Formats: sequence, structure tokens, C-alpha cells
Amino acid sequence: MRPDRPTAEELLEAVEEFLRERAIPELQGQSSFHARVAANVVGAVRREIAESAPIEADQHRRLLALLKHDGDVETLNRELCEQIRAGQWDLADADLLYHLRQVAIENLGVDNPRYSAYKRLTGQG
Amino acid sequence: MADGEFESALNAAAIKYIDGATGIAGLQRLTAGASQETWAFDAQTGESAIPLILRRSPGGVPESEAKAATQRNEARVIQICFEHGVKAPEVMFSLKPEDGLGVGYVMARIDGETLAPRILRDDTYADARPKLAGQCGEILAPIHAVPREKVDFLEEITPQDHWQNTWEAYEKYFLEWSPSPVFDYAFAWLKERVPARDRVTLVHGDFRNGNLIYGPEGVRAVLDWEIAHIGDPMEDLAWICVNSWRFGNIDRPVGGFGEREQMFEGYERASGIKVDPDRVKYWEIFGSLRWGVTCRGMAFTHLTGHDRSVERPAIGRRSSECEADLMILLGGADAS
Repeated sequence: MRPDRPTAEELLEAVEEFLRERAIPELQGQSSFHARVAANVVGAVRREIAESAPIEADQHRRLLALLKHDGDVETLNRELCEQIRAGQWDLADADLLYHLRQVAIENLGVDNPRYSAYKRLTGQG
Repeated sequence: MADGEFESALNAAAIKYIDGATGIAGLQRLTAGASQETWAFDAQTGESAIPLILRRSPGGVPESEAKAATQRNEARVIQICFEHGVKAPEVMFSLKPEDGLGVGYVMARIDGETLAPRILRDDTYADARPKLAGQCGEILAPIHAVPREKVDFLEEITPQDHWQNTWEAYEKYFLEWSPSPVFDYAFAWLKERVPARDRVTLVHGDFRNGNLIYGPEGVRAVLDWEIAHIGDPMEDLAWICVNSWRFGNIDRPVGGFGEREQMFEGYERASGIKVDPDRVKYWEIFGSLRWGVTCRGMAFTHLTGHDRSVERPAIGRRSSECEADLMILLGGADAS
């Protein structure tokens, strides 16, 4: 990422604040609803930028352990999905279940950590 | 059609089809959905006003003959259900080509609340809340008891068809972009457990918060019969339990307000038919998966079509809510 201030995250934070604190209170009906959706989207993109590097590193490490060979995350993920589809995994496999659970936590942590299942999966509620 | 023309055509239709109607008043557009247009209005008769709803294809013009057939079937199903004691709005008339209003129908407007956060948190509904799950069971029983021959114009979707249809949607929306290992896992898990096609009935298909009208005394009516079909009745008991419709109240599985046992009890009392909780669980897992695939489908529509908005791509990212729900249901976390 560009080593410069304001960072992408800082810019998105400012946009999100503008939408929530200035724009939304002045809007009505459908536009107010869409502005709230837009603010949520900006928040998700901000979290994705902040968290994608450590998430990808962790996924890579887990996929490597599951599939026992190296590759990029996208290719390894595709391969794991194909193996599950082809019936090559025991669906009770604890390592597989751990990985899937982490994927769910990682994706939702970026997209919408306020959703009830996120708190349940991460043991916060 | 210009607004004025639309209003006068609806005025004429109301006079033609409703006994004693002298005209309409208070015409107001409620939603401008991509698949349906909804209008509220009153038909005036000598002494009173009859509150009504018009549902029609956008602009009255269905996208395809298949959509037009769906719209006509919807009106027929609602009316048949109403006649069989289901809490559904009475259909007053269906639009005919000569009415100049397109494809659609007019039904009774039932007063009440549909917004789940209000039902789950406002004091107005505090007395009703503990009764709602039981009422949901009671309301579903007569839907599933509608004689098959009365609704033979509806398509049957067997449990196997459902799995296959959702799989094909997954192939289209995920496999060409990026597959979800959680969804692939859920497909594999469900594939081994597809229920037998045994009890086959009318199924509402979208029985959940948002499509139910509530009053302070409880559930008043079931709306949105667009995807009613013939199939496994347990689909309906499960769909309202999908976490997406609990609106934060994760520990109250039925719609965020009640317990499964309360709904099953209400259903068993009203139908005389015992509920198999494992089968309902299958359909709940299937429901989470199907909703997750549908969410991505909305982003797909956005990215490949011309109808741009911020809402559809945002809904695409909601598929990760379903991944988390599925891992609670399948991954051994504390589920409720």
C-alpha cells in the first residue's frame, strides 16, 4: 500500500463519518436508506484494507496444512472447494471444520461484525 | 402511462368490480420493487371506505409470460387460501386486459406492522411476543391442509429439486468468480441428507418476518405469496427460523421472538400432524445456504446488468452472514 498520509483507511473513515453524521440526518426515505447502506459498504472496505494482509497470511498457512502443498490462496481455496465437492473430505474432519469456521469469522469480521452470528462464533455473545 | 390515466383506470376498475363502489381515494405508492409494484387506496362506497392494495407488475407490464403467470397464480393462491380459512387477505378482483392496468390484482388492505425490529422491541407488541411462535404454527397448518387439487396449477419443487436449483445458482454466482468453502461444505452435507418426498402440500415458500402483518394481539395475516409452490411443508416451519430473520435475537429461533417447540406445538395442535425437528433443521440449514447464494446473486445482477444501485452489491456481501450461520449450525458451535 502507498506509504503516505492520509492513508486509504483514513480517507474512508472520513467518508463514513460524513455519511453517518452529515448526510444521513439530512436525507429521507429511499435515499436515507441507501446512504446507510453506502456507509456500511465504506466501513467494510475500510476493514478489508486493514485486515486483508493478516487474513490472507493465516488462510494461506491453514490451506497449506490442509492440502499439503503450496500455491496462492485463490488456487488453494479453489482446490479445497473442489475436493469437498468431490467427496474427498470426511465432513467431520476437525481441521477442515476449524478452517471453515475461521473463514466464516474472517469474512464476516470484514463484512458485518455486528451480525449476531459473529459474536456467537467468536465467543462474545 | 401517466399518473392521471393510471388513477382514472383504477377508479373505473374499482367501480366495475366492487359492489357499491363509487370511486377511489387516497391512492399512494407503497413500494417500487423490481418484481412488483404495490399501491394502497380506498374504494369509496356510500357509507364507508374499503381499504385496498393493488399489486401489479412494474408499470403493469410483466417482464415475461412466466412472470405474468406467476402474478396470476399468486392472486389465485391467496384467494383459495382465504377461502380455506388461512389468515390471508381477501382478493377483491384480478385485473383484466380491458382494464388498461396491466397484470395484477386488488386485495383487502390489512392494518398492522410488518417491520421486525418494531415487533421484536416495541412495547406495543410485548403482550403478543410470547404467543407469536405458537400462532405461526397455527397459521401454517391450514396452508398445508389446502387440498392439492385446488392448487394444481402450481409447480412442485421436490426436496431434490430444491437442492439442485440452489446448486445451479451456486455454480452460476460463485464457481465462475470465487467458490465459498463453507457453501461447498454445506452442499456436501445436505446432499447426503435430502429428505424423502413423502408429505407433499401447498407451501407458502417465504414465511418469515417482513411477510407477516402483526397487531398488538399477534399475527394478523400472511402476505407475499409470490413463490408459493407444492413441496415439503416443513420448509415453511424452517424458513422463519433462519437467523437472517431473527434480527439480532439469535437465541429466539422462531423469528427472533419464540422457541421452535412453541411453533411445533401450535402446528401439531392445529394440524394433528407431528413435526419431525430433524427435518425442520435440514430445511433451516438449506434455507441459510439458499439465502447466502441468493445474496450473491443480487450482486451478480448488479455487476452484469444495467440496473445499478448501491443496495444490490452490498447485499452480495451479506452471503458471509450465512456462512457464519451455517458454521454455527454445522460446526458444533452452540446453536439455538
